[in-house]
Amino acid sequence: MFDTLTLASLPAADEALRPAIRALADAAAAEASADVRARSWSGFDPAFSRRLGAAGFLGLTLPKVYGGQERGPFARFVVVEELLSAGAPVAAHWIADRQSAPLILNYGSEAQRDFYIPRICRGELVFCIGMSEPGSGSDLASVRTRAERTTTGWRVNGQKIWTTNAMHGDYMIALVRTSGSSEDRHTGLSQLIIDLKAPGVTVRPIADLAGDAHFAEVFFDNVDLADDALIGNEGEGWKQVTAELAFERSGPERIYSSVVLLDAWIAHLRGVGRNDDATSALVGDFTARLATLRAMSIACTARLALGESPVTEASLVKDLGTAFEQELPVAIGDDLAAHPGEAVDAELYRTLMFVTYIAPSFSLRGGTREVLRGIIARGMGLR
Amino acid sequence: MSEFLEPFERMLEDVATPAAVRAIEQGGSIETMWGAFAESGFLDALVPDDRGGAGLSLADAHPLWMALGRHAVPLPVGETMIARALLKAAPEGPIALAVAEGAAAVVPCGLVTEQLLVEADGGLHLVETKGEATGVPASLAARFDLGALPAPVAPAAEGGLRGLAAILRAALIAGAAERLTQMTAAYANERVQFGKPIGRQQALQQQMAVMAEEMVAARIASQLGCAGSFPPSLVAAATAKSVASKAAARVAATAHAVHGAIGISEEHDLQLFTRRLHEWRLADGSETYWNRLLGAARLDDAGRSVDYVRSAFA
Repeated sequence: MFDTLTLASLPAADEALRPAIRALADAAAAEASADVRARSWSGFDPAFSRRLGAAGFLGLTLPKVYGGQERGPFARFVVVEELLSAGAPVAAHWIADRQSAPLILNYGSEAQRDFYIPRICRGELVFCIGMSEPGSGSDLASVRTRAERTTTGWRVNGQKIWTTNAMHGDYMIALVRTSGSSEDRHTGLSQLIIDLKAPGVTVRPIADLAGDAHFAEVFFDNVDLADDALIGNEGEGWKQVTAELAFERSGPERIYSSVVLLDAWIAHLRGVGRNDDATSALVGDFTARLATLRAMSIACTARLALGESPVTEASLVKDLGTAFEQELPVAIGDDLAAHPGEAVDAELYRTLMFVTYIAPSFSLRGGTREVLRGIIARGMGLR
Repeated sequence: MSEFLEPFERMLEDVATPAAVRAIEQGGSIETMWGAFAESGFLDALVPDDRGGAGLSLADAHPLWMALGRHAVPLPVGETMIARALLKAAPEGPIALAVAEGAAAVVPCGLVTEQLLVEADGGLHLVETKGEATGVPASLAARFDLGALPAPVAPAAEGGLRGLAAILRAALIAGAAERLTQMTAAYANERVQFGKPIGRQQALQQQMAVMAEEMVAARIASQLGCAGSFPPSLVAAATAKSVASKAAARVAATAHAVHGAIGISEEHDLQLFTRRLHEWRLADGSETYWNRLLGAARLDDAGRSVDYVRSAFA
């Protein structure tokens, strides 16, 4: 069962990227405190993203003709692993590089590819993904934002919410209804590329519980778009969005969200010289699971490299990975508070509390735990 | 790899049927089943070519070990493969493995082995002995007194035998976990309650999805254990056994939860696998045993966690 998820190794040619990306990532993260580095995904630094683009670390899976590196998923794994374990700020290119560009490559017109992908590969464009709406969370097929045909293109009305990075975004790829009603479920949905600077678009950042504003609500009030805003085929938005989510659910980003905290805690243990049996056992448990999750993530990457879309396998790795990411702050908090005689510095404490507060989002974004487990159950032949 | 697995799997289908497993557990003769393994040549799978073996790597042996777990083989086949690779002149017959740390040890398949290979004081000692039954019904584990050992027959790589036993055990766990996951999903699709198969209940689907995750984690961790040198490194052995042992108890629990009362009965095959998962979890170091060693090694390293695990498996 799930036999395709089997041990694979990173090709030497892709491993060879590591020193150069490490130097860039470390330089960007060197000055930052651990609680800032723990915000790697939401760290917005356009200059850094452009440096990555200039050095050839974006668009690794994309064809050279569109400005990509044509190297494949293993190369992307190495680069992403280095960025996240350093805690480098990746938000300014993350979504565009991971999801938007592959989507445009797969479903976009030649003109769309020529326009967007080279800019994404240079780290110049910030994309966001317009999926959730006030009434459409896990039940994504019920979206109500609607685009209607006009003589020149499309007119969009509606609202998206919880859109990561929308306040920084240049474009949104939005899932909208282009025909029928929400009762029609998966039919009648399409994807549009929406210029967030267009008249009628209002973006309002939403403050989060950790003191940041990493997501936003986005309103569309008679937003007129040209004909070429449609990406892919009208009515095939559901199929496209499913493929898009597969990009989000695989990859090492699903296991490393708490790794900056893990390293800060281990540095603390080494600093105070605590290595009793119980402490070692906890460190060992995390280490063994990290090693296993990393191997599972590489196994999943190997399926991507074969040109497959490993939806079930990616769900499996993500669900196990986010459980690990969420357990870390709970266990580390317990460990530190069980040793009141040890001074915990403010930086570690801030890092711990940030990860603790934001950890629930790990099993919401990109598909909730329950949705993923439903996908796995289907893969097991249940239902 | 599959060139070895396929005939091996075929042989297991023939000789390690649930009825044959039960017969040995009830004290029946091991002769037929052991004879099949001895004749097949697979016992020398890990023996180097130049000593007349097949010269397989641990990675090649891994699928064979998983297959042993998938069939609940009640004999120390994997252990004998390891012992025959370690000993230049291995005796015929089954050999179980133990590390002398205390005065005695409980060893899986101890009741059906003829020899015990013991690592003690930097040496490997071969003991022709029968263990003492533990009194656990149907269990083939036995307790061995490790107090007085004969002279060593070979030097030991320190920690080598327990690491080898641990990666074998992890692979057996992964195999049994795979079988249990398949049995559980199949049962959930058949068993009807409230007018529909229980596999349609979301609550059960969610539990079985987690079961599949644990099963795959155990498989990949045990592959990591077998990915490198013979004997495995501390990180490799610890990762394999820690993750597999933790998965063992959870997989067994969900298998039983889904099967309901029938899974508790002797006549259902479920218990052949869940009893073994619990026994194998405890054998050769539980998850906490290996976590302690791995954590202590990790705490000696000043680098990042990702670098630590990456370089350990590079």
